[in-house]
Amino acid sequence: MIRFLVTKIALLIPTFVGVTLLTFAMIRLIPGDPILLLAGERGIDPDRYAELRTQYGFDKPLLIQYGNYIVDVLQGDLGRSIVTKKPVLTEFLTLFPATIELSLCAMIFAVLVGLPVGIIAGVRRGTIWDHSVMGVSLTGYSMPIFWWGLLLIILFSVNLGWTPVSGRISLLYYFDSVTGFMLIDSLLSGQEGAFRSAVSHLILPSIVLGTIPLAVIARMTRSSMLEVLNEDYVRTARAKGLPPVRVIGLHALRNALIPVVTVIGLQVGVLLAGAILTETIFSWPGIGKWLIESVHRRDYPALQGGILLVAIVVMLVNLSVDLLYGLINPRIRHRR
Amino acid sequence: MAALVEIRNLSVEFQTARGSFRAVDGIDLTIEAGEVVGIVGESGSGKSVSMLALMGLIVWPGKVQADRLTFDGHDLLAMTPAQRRRIIGKDIAMVFQEPITSLNPCFTVGFQIMETLAVHEGGSRADRRRRTVELLGQVGIPAPESRLSSFPHQLSGGMNQRVMIAMAIACNPRLLIADEPTTALDVTIQAQILDLLVNLQQDRGMALTLITHDMGVVAETAERVIVMYAGQQVEEQPVDALFANPAHPYTAALLDALPERSAGRRRLATIPGVVPGIEDRPRGCLFHPRCRFAEQRCVDEQPLLVPDARGRFVRCHYALVDGEPTNKEPGSIRGEPQRETTP
Repeated sequence: MIRFLVTKIALLIPTFVGVTLLTFAMIRLIPGDPILLLAGERGIDPDRYAELRTQYGFDKPLLIQYGNYIVDVLQGDLGRSIVTKKPVLTEFLTLFPATIELSLCAMIFAVLVGLPVGIIAGVRRGTIWDHSVMGVSLTGYSMPIFWWGLLLIILFSVNLGWTPVSGRISLLYYFDSVTGFMLIDSLLSGQEGAFRSAVSHLILPSIVLGTIPLAVIARMTRSSMLEVLNEDYVRTARAKGLPPVRVIGLHALRNALIPVVTVIGLQVGVLLAGAILTETIFSWPGIGKWLIESVHRRDYPALQGGILLVAIVVMLVNLSVDLLYGLINPRIRHRR
Repeated sequence: MAALVEIRNLSVEFQTARGSFRAVDGIDLTIEAGEVVGIVGESGSGKSVSMLALMGLIVWPGKVQADRLTFDGHDLLAMTPAQRRRIIGKDIAMVFQEPITSLNPCFTVGFQIMETLAVHEGGSRADRRRRTVELLGQVGIPAPESRLSSFPHQLSGGMNQRVMIAMAIACNPRLLIADEPTTALDVTIQAQILDLLVNLQQDRGMALTLITHDMGVVAETAERVIVMYAGQQVEEQPVDALFANPAHPYTAALLDALPERSAGRRRLATIPGVVPGIEDRPRGCLFHPRCRFAEQRCVDEQPLLVPDARGRFVRCHYALVDGEPTNKEPGSIRGEPQRETTP
């Protein structure tokens, strides 16, 4: 187990190098100068410009800049945003709960719908249920997020008026952030209707963000279920006289879940990538929206730090998924 | 008194892309309480499928039809699935061929046995646990208490098969179906498992149906033998009579292939060809392409499973007596086939 952990963690090192190098280089490949953008349309005095470039270290060769950046990162310093002058880490931590809240709700939606639907499609293979589930999930998988989001906004927010268009909560409510999670904070605030408002703001973004993971989970569950249903132990379970609910829901599902959990883990990366678009569409004040704004401002430290932190989160989630296998698959737990 | 199991004209068909395939074709079978019946045949002869049909374990695209399918006088075909599940796993239990894949890898063996008890007998958790330890002991698993929390992959094939047997006998079944229970095990373990099955059968007075392709296993255990070929029953006889005087040429050929019966010959006897599949099912007697004694009549006319002159049930126009075909009409078109056997 310890060896397993050590190898998994050792594998994070090349990923770390890759992520930092890639973001560092990519950002600088985008045309545009952060200091000129900061100065705005009025322009900037050349002396002041040179001074600021020295201050941010942009006058040094790229390799030196990268080296300095890595040294800082290893010391836990992600730098300060050029625009807001606040530490990148602080900004990230302030905004991250919003993204977690959205991603979690999207994932819960994807799992709660995707798993049962995939099971039904697998068990009722070849029926109208199977075909419609597979057809709809393929459509969902192929749908561009931004377009899907706009469609839902037009239908539910604009035409039907059921849900708000954007934001995390109605402007009618104001309270201090305690946990950063709007659902919890709104409950803690004790203001009537605040929680309802928070939930209604979450519905559409969660559906939009959860659609692709939902499609992937449904398809994976179906194929995994199909495979498992042919196994000898499923026949044994039926030969024991167990009711079908138990045969499918316990004996088959437990085995079918193993590959599905892998896929759910991999979807976390997809989810955070999708969050960038979803947050932009719904003006959701999370990491995605912040990263997009940082790109527009060429806020190098914010982008570098933000992407690195997102990458670390994805890596940690994947690591915990690996550890989770042991819980559902005893054959891994006991392998020495 | 009614027989424990009565099967009349049981057929199992599988719908495939190329049309339907009859895996079991009109089986008649009666099993009396406490009796050991052997079902013998090559792979693909329909022996497992017919017993799976009795258990109600044939799934889509398989289709089961029968004139009569009863257990202890109750019509299994008329039952709802829920009623049938009350019998399956309790009164009729089955042990499968591959012990390791037949147990669920995600659950402990203790859980899997206790689950059967919970579904059929209820009782308290402690009761079930005590019963399970008892059962594991009865099937010869050492230190049964400590094995409860083992997973199937931590046990050997033989141990897993013992667990399967413990699971099958948990609710004191009146019929135990063992589907090639020793095929996946090595030879020394095979003998132990067979002994275990026979001892359990005698101690508990349950009926035992042993599906096998091994004539030697049948000789040691069964009282009555049913020989199947390509989904049909071709012969049914008490074991001693069958070994002494097989009536169907297929049975005779199977017996000839036993090493014990080939003393003095340099090579083991074999049966040329393979069991016909979905594409190449012959007309007439299904065995005629491989039969040494086949006549034109065997090609034209399918024989029925009827008693021959000696009262033996056999599906052959020319049932063998002492290795020689009987009822041969003079002037048959094919004439007397070449034979190299010595009397």
